[in-house]
Amino acid sequence: MHLTARVRRVADRLSRRRWIQILSLIVLNPVIPNFFTGTIVQARSKGICVPVLNCYSCPAALGACPIGSLQHTFAGIRTRLSLGELQLGLYALGSIGIVGSLVGRFPCGWFCPFGLLQELLYKIPGRKVRIPKILRYLKYVVLVLTVFVLPALVLNAVGFGDTWFCKWICPAGTLEAGLPLVAANAGIRGMVGLLFVWKVALLVLFLLWMIVSYRPFCRTICPLGALLGLFNKISFLRLKIDQSHCTSCGSCSRACPVELDVPTQANSPECIRCLKCVKACQVGCLDYQFPLHESRPEPAGDPEI
Amino acid sequence: MRRYAAYVSLAVFIGLTVAGLCLDEFRAVVANAINICLSCIGIG
Repeated sequence: MHLTARVRRVADRLSRRRWIQILSLIVLNPVIPNFFTGTIVQARSKGICVPVLNCYSCPAALGACPIGSLQHTFAGIRTRLSLGELQLGLYALGSIGIVGSLVGRFPCGWFCPFGLLQELLYKIPGRKVRIPKILRYLKYVVLVLTVFVLPALVLNAVGFGDTWFCKWICPAGTLEAGLPLVAANAGIRGMVGLLFVWKVALLVLFLLWMIVSYRPFCRTICPLGALLGLFNKISFLRLKIDQSHCTSCGSCSRACPVELDVPTQANSPECIRCLKCVKACQVGCLDYQFPLHESRPEPAGDPEI
Repeated sequence: MRRYAAYVSLAVFIGLTVAGLCLDEFRAVVANAINICLSCIGIG
């Protein structure tokens, strides 16, 4: 009874966004028994590119990571072209583009399981550190180099490239797929080498960084966030500010977890669309715009206050 | 202008997705995703 009350109290404290993040984690990774057998899902649903960084080698994953799919395509693109096979990654790129055109970086803020983990770790009390703004550009370098250029250009003896981002960087893959598979699958455990040690060390570094900075992976490295962020300025889902009612109180910018100056950067590629700024706006001059969404009613009283 | 950019972008990427499906890329994605990618998880 006491436990039930405690669970209920915690549940009451969770925001709607947190509930959706948890639901998304479960919907994207429902096949829990695979964690114990050390196998992965082999259904046709694995062809669906999900709009978040959710490793398809995760034992419980039902869908495909679009960044992993793109790398695989580019890793074999030259060999396939030489054989006359035309596969250019249009499906994976198109899937990302459709989501981006509709909602921009909204999936980062509401659906990404790795984003959820980062937010939970940031809740650990202690000294917090801001991320230098220059590091936000790193994710575009990572995107271009490790997802497109290096997989297509650096080939092995049999003419295939590597999945550079997954292989050398992706801490989500290490956490969601590498560690569970190594733990449960003796065959894979026997193949562990220096690369795995590097990946685990990188994961640990990121986990520590997540405790002191808000979503450091999303803001500095994530190639999917970089791609989706490019759509923030043109997507159907956009933030709009009624400047005539804005009192410049700064509530929105103080609420922004990615440290944006909301009145001037509302649709920045850095915005993960968590909509905390909309909630924080006391005068109701900040709202999101989306087809069929009704704007917030005008605030009561004198708008100048 | 920006109002139409979302429509244009959506149409372009739907077109890319359909083109990718016509090139049998869905099957290629499935083929990759149903096998454990050892190098992806840091093995090998």
